[in-house]
Amino acid sequence: MNRKSSDTGSIIVFLLPAVLLFVGILVAPIIISTYYSVFDWRFPFDKVYCGFKNYKTLFTSDWYPLWGSIKNVFVLAALSLLIQLPLSLGLALMLGRGIKGERFFLSVNFLPVLISTVVIGLLWRRMYDAEGGIINPILRSLGIIGEENIQWLEANGDKLLMACIIPMLWQYVGYHMLLMYAGVKSVAPELREAAMIDGATPWQVDRFVVIPSMKQVLKVSVIFSVTGSLKSYDLVSILAGDRTSAAAVPSTVLMNTKSIGLYGMSSACAVVIIILCFVAAVLINALFRERD
Amino acid sequence: MAKDNMKFNSRDYSLKKSSPVGRVICTILLIFWSLVNLYPLFWMVTLSLKDNLQINVTNKFGLPKGWPSQWHWENYTHSELGLLTRVPVFFKNSIIITVLAIGIALVAAMMASYTLTRFQWKASGAFNKMFLLGITVPVQVSLVPLLVTTSQLGLTGTRISLIIPYAAFSLSMAILISNGFMDNIPKELDEAAYIDGCSRYGVFFRIILPLMKPAVSTIGIYSFLQCWNELIIATTLVTKEEMKTLPIGIRNLVGTNKIDYGMIGAAITVATIPMVIVYVLMSKRIQESFIAGAVKG
Repeated sequence: MNRKSSDTGSIIVFLLPAVLLFVGILVAPIIISTYYSVFDWRFPFDKVYCGFKNYKTLFTSDWYPLWGSIKNVFVLAALSLLIQLPLSLGLALMLGRGIKGERFFLSVNFLPVLISTVVIGLLWRRMYDAEGGIINPILRSLGIIGEENIQWLEANGDKLLMACIIPMLWQYVGYHMLLMYAGVKSVAPELREAAMIDGATPWQVDRFVVIPSMKQVLKVSVIFSVTGSLKSYDLVSILAGDRTSAAAVPSTVLMNTKSIGLYGMSSACAVVIIILCFVAAVLINALFRERD
Repeated sequence: MAKDNMKFNSRDYSLKKSSPVGRVICTILLIFWSLVNLYPLFWMVTLSLKDNLQINVTNKFGLPKGWPSQWHWENYTHSELGLLTRVPVFFKNSIIITVLAIGIALVAAMMASYTLTRFQWKASGAFNKMFLLGITVPVQVSLVPLLVTTSQLGLTGTRISLIIPYAAFSLSMAILISNGFMDNIPKELDEAAYIDGCSRYGVFFRIILPLMKPAVSTIGIYSFLQCWNELIIATTLVTKEEMKTLPIGIRNLVGTNKIDYGMIGAAITVATIPMVIVYVLMSKRIQESFIAGAVKG
């Protein structure tokens, strides 16, 4: 009983470091960014209140392709859901069933996750290269392209967005595979056995027993891959640069406006990115809850 | 009939015992995907050992011939690029920053989890939800405020200006995982300790912390993935060469110099090999820690 009386004090002490970090670096900056976003601020000059002008400029001007960038990350998010996650799930199910070399395949598939995105970006830039690269020769030997080399990374070319998206999808297949593998392994063996005894084929066991009981993990994967797409930056920045419009993502617009001192505009981009992420997370949560 | 059924039932879910056709198809698919993962890395290494002529024309795909004398080791040792002197500095910075950030996140998360899982108080649920919501907050929102604040405080370009944000952005995930692990520690242990006269603090340090050791590597791996590659904040806050982290250091090294393809290959190989070695030595541990996070989280 006398424990209760001293609890308030110890709650404050134990919670303090986390709350300080969280409020100082996440909560306060969200508020401050929202505040900055309504100022015309050309650093190092002073900021001048301008209402929603920054947002208007970002959504209408050709110089700051925020609107196009949102479309681009939606394409990326859609392809993550349609290509990346099914691929991860397929790998996880195959490996989760137990196959020779399970450990090896798991390790190799997870490897790109641990390699620096900067390295992956620089590496793919070389692979795409029309002169010393290997993507063109490989596609040619498969008969997919003709004699002409494709300029994948041509500034603002029509292949640029796809060229940025492919390594982004590729790198994180292993991440989701391992999450989903954990999900497959956590399904009680009795459940699977019961289904097998009832005459289900292994494929039916996957479809009707394993996948439905992985819902929690699948939700996490969907949230991570969609919000990850919405806030993506590294690979686009290295493959296409911050000033691109063809492959712009909201974060390259943010970094570009920041680097030329337009802090108000940059903050407006930040606000748009966080709204996108929150809305996506809430929607996905709601969708998964409805399925219950 | 009954016999048939028995046979059918005893068929196992494992691919090892399923039909050879399915097993072979699965193995082929897995080998194909492994090659898609491994070949680019192998090619990166070959790149670092060739000259431009080999890269562009004569030997696009494989290792150069004539090991070791005809391999172009000078890509690594070229003085203009200074790989072997500069990259270790980037590594040192990245390691210091990542380790301290993870340490701070770890301590703060375990302390917070202790109140969230062990104490009964009104706002506990609200705090829990708030921390959870933090998982989806991107680093981008903090960028301009951090830039302005650090320059006002005179901290621009210091390690601490990266450590604190990295710790904060790792925190939500760390709390989520830490909650999962702490829930699994039986509450009876606490009760026994209270009866023996332990305080709230005593229970935390003597009972909970020692039992949270398995959580450390799991929180560590998730936080590591968050911090090690971080580009946006680092690019913005760090300009001095001697403070650069690995991602911005390598990017800068390759971006600003007019250098041969082989040297680019050497730079990214040097940045990658230590990671790969650590991974090869610890892959089982790393994967198990990662999996524990997926299950507990």
